[in-house]
Amino acid sequence: MIDRFELWVVILGLGVGSFALRFVFLGLIGEKPLPDWVLRHLRYTAVAVLPAIVAPLVVWPAATGGAFDPVRATAAVVTLAVGYFSKNVLLAIGLGAGSLLGGLYLFG
Amino acid sequence: MTDENRPAFWQGVRDGAPFFLVVTPFAMLFGVVATEAGLNVFEALSFSVVVIAGAAQFTALQLLVDQAPLFVVLASALAVNLRMAMYSASLTPHLGRAPMWQRALIAYFLVDQSYASAIITYERERDWSVAQKVAYFFGVILPICPMWYAMTVVGALIGSAIPPELGLDFAVPITFIALIAPMLRTGAHRAAALASVLLALGFAWVPYNLGLIVAGLGGMIVGAQVELVLRRRGLWVDP
Repeated sequence: MIDRFELWVVILGLGVGSFALRFVFLGLIGEKPLPDWVLRHLRYTAVAVLPAIVAPLVVWPAATGGAFDPVRATAAVVTLAVGYFSKNVLLAIGLGAGSLLGGLYLFG
Repeated sequence: MTDENRPAFWQGVRDGAPFFLVVTPFAMLFGVVATEAGLNVFEALSFSVVVIAGAAQFTALQLLVDQAPLFVVLASALAVNLRMAMYSASLTPHLGRAPMWQRALIAYFLVDQSYASAIITYERERDWSVAQKVAYFFGVILPICPMWYAMTVVGALIGSAIPPELGLDFAVPITFIALIAPMLRTGAHRAAALASVLLALGFAWVPYNLGLIVAGLGGMIVGAQVELVLRRRGLWVDP
């Protein structure tokens, strides 16, 4: 169960922080460009943070008590392959979810 | 709105309209996942109104469910949103001279879809005034952001009706993988993601989910270094 105090700290803190990130140049700094090395690291934040969150969830799923699950792993691989080759997020979610539901139905 | 701005506004509405199809399922999924995590409708809606950033919301919620420390939750979710600072920098030459209250509103509504539409159109419509560019931006968000709020509520309302055997526990991983996969456009992006996965698994034993911070920073450094190597060899193509 999520602690209510923590939940609201996260909602408000994330709201203020996200607004600050969106406002920082538009509102405050003006047209001064960021140094190259900063931009170069910023380019990789999403592909560095999101996989780190997902990888343990795929390898040790909570629903199986942390035991590796071929059905969920297959769904993850299908989603990745479809998303990578089609560049279509919704198609990847659809086929990944389909693979998960099919797998759970057959082997679950 | 003056007459000269009206066409720009409606062009924005037309350009934003297709994103309706992207935003609707995402917002509903967030509402469903939030309900599964024990949030009520008001809390889920507050999340979407206050934060208004899908991937960061999913990140924060997942880490709250994992009982990660507040510092890790906020640092990870804000890291996911760092790209917003790049969007802000990139729009400043076009919108930096708009009145302060308009810039503040634009900043609040700066999301992936509004940024992408705006930057493509501003590059094309070089003779537009600042007021026309602002009108266009508000046109784009009209079909997107209200839908983000409304569909979060719909998802939260139907969430409790979805049976557990549908494998909803895996909705967040699938959504994240689907978001990441199209971003793996260059060798540097693929290397960053691979390093991040290996570091996250290797450092999963570190308490307070700090392995996530290690993996995030490690992935960024690997991505930046690979980009440098590719540039030096003349193999870099701007994504």
